[in-house]
Amino acid sequence: MNITSAPPTTDRRIDVALPGAAGQTEAVAWLEGAQAQIAGRAVWSEVRLEIGAGEFTAILGPNGSGKTTLLRVLLGELPLAAGRASVLGRDPGAAKGQIGYLPQRRHFDAGIRIRGVDLVRLGLDGARWGLPIRALGRDRVREAIELVCASEYATRPIGRLSGGEQQRLLIAQALVTDPRVLILDEPLDSLDLPNQTAVSALLARICKQQGVTVLLVAHDVNPLLSYLDRVVYFGAGRAAVGTPREVITAGTLSRLYGVRIEVLTTADGRLFVAGLPEAPAHHSGRHEHDEQ
Amino acid sequence: MSSSALPLAGLSLDPVSDFQQLTAFPFMVNALEAGTAVAIMAGVVGWFMVLRRESFAGHTLSLMAFPGATGALLIGLPAAAGYFVFCGASALVIGLGSSGVRRHRGEESALTGVVQALGLACGFVFLSLYQGVLAGYENLLFGDFLGITRGQVLTLAIVAVLALCGFALVGRPLLFASVDETVARARGVPVRGLALAFLLVLGLAVAATAQITGVLLVFALLVAPAATAQQITCRIGASLVLSVILGVAITWAGLALAYFYSEPVGFYITTVAFTIYVIARVTRAVIDHSTLLRRRPEIAEAHA
Repeated sequence: MNITSAPPTTDRRIDVALPGAAGQTEAVAWLEGAQAQIAGRAVWSEVRLEIGAGEFTAILGPNGSGKTTLLRVLLGELPLAAGRASVLGRDPGAAKGQIGYLPQRRHFDAGIRIRGVDLVRLGLDGARWGLPIRALGRDRVREAIELVCASEYATRPIGRLSGGEQQRLLIAQALVTDPRVLILDEPLDSLDLPNQTAVSALLARICKQQGVTVLLVAHDVNPLLSYLDRVVYFGAGRAAVGTPREVITAGTLSRLYGVRIEVLTTADGRLFVAGLPEAPAHHSGRHEHDEQ
Repeated sequence: MSSSALPLAGLSLDPVSDFQQLTAFPFMVNALEAGTAVAIMAGVVGWFMVLRRESFAGHTLSLMAFPGATGALLIGLPAAAGYFVFCGASALVIGLGSSGVRRHRGEESALTGVVQALGLACGFVFLSLYQGVLAGYENLLFGDFLGITRGQVLTLAIVAVLALCGFALVGRPLLFASVDETVARARGVPVRGLALAFLLVLGLAVAATAQITGVLLVFALLVAPAATAQQITCRIGASLVLSVILGVAITWAGLALAYFYSEPVGFYITTVAFTIYVIARVTRAVIDHSTLLRRRPEIAEAHA
């Protein structure tokens, strides 16, 4: 398979060059001319992005390029330094109740004697005060666990489950409130390869079957490649947005970074990016030059 | 005053007559009532403490009852007042001084250690400054159940009821914050405030418990029932109820043994608590191991 033989673009795809304001109301996430700063220093600028309902999007890029920063902007935790953003047609943060959020992988101590099912349930009512009413939401918890195929081990202590099993239950916890958007920070990180593939397939299934918009940060695009509608590739303080086959090309990435970058495609369609300026220290230096 | 001075026949094999003997004197009824109130509260507070991995903070707060008691004696206040003031103040210092974020737990334990060292030093200074003879110095450390008044029983019962009401109100968010801090914060749970509030309640519980078990052995009643219950079941409700039941049972057993024999009550409570914990822990290890072998046949083969 060659990179030029990209799959036909769907009608849902919004071109990078299209004015975003037209689709502002139906977009799940929308950014225009956006700049994010951390400690007074721009992480990325002039980012334009529009994600439609039911899309599966991966946020890619080297360490320190601002992938998690984008999640924080969309969750309303970090206000934009410039530009505009909306989530589900409202200000970021206002739609929090309709977003399921899975932070970067948490480790559960082997000695934690709490069942997986109780952890999922906390996603539903853990933030409420007062005594719990057990019967309420029991069906919702069971459905969420069935959705991630974790029924078999959901009643075992969470600390004694494997990384992949824990991750499925955490996805169920994020899904239990029936959110319209699922935002995940490196959900494949520290999973072995079979589990990376399986969790990617699970997220794609949830996205398509339940109509949940899935937005995730990933380090390696390959386990996700066949499922993705869109990628946001951060680098050198900018972002390239489009289908994977559009963005992960030597041309787009070289333009993004301003250095020569090669994209290799293996016989089975896996992509490898070579020549990225990886070192974070080098990167933060680049940001400053790019801001001129 | 020692319980061996009492005219007792000792523990017999007849539980009815034992119980009658146990409740024959008002001071013993007071002790059992106070012990029950303390054990119920310690069972719940301790359960969260074990879950939150805050045993070191709990241990430090329990030791703060020592400078609390000696300081109160020095300025002529009842020891109980000193317990509550010192334990509460230390809980505030530890809670405010630490960030409450799990990845900063190392920082918190360093601060806790410093507070503990300072508190112990203060305790000994107060003790040496106190010119008179400190009667019942050992009782302070190892517990005394003979001198509990109706007033104390009432105070302990009120503290216990207040603590339980607090847990009924914040139990779920506290559980969320204890198990899954990042997501709880993202969902709007005031993680930091709850951490501080929990340490304060822990301080109160410790101050109340120290009056029964003594300063050095508070921990037995706080940690052992909760840790044992969590070994036995991983269902939240069952585990909490079990923790309370075990706490009450251990306290009654300890008080009864101290009544019939001469050693201090703290020693018996600790011994009973420790024994139950060891049994639960070993049983859990055996069960987990055999389940693992059943689920993963390849491991079983390797063992064969």
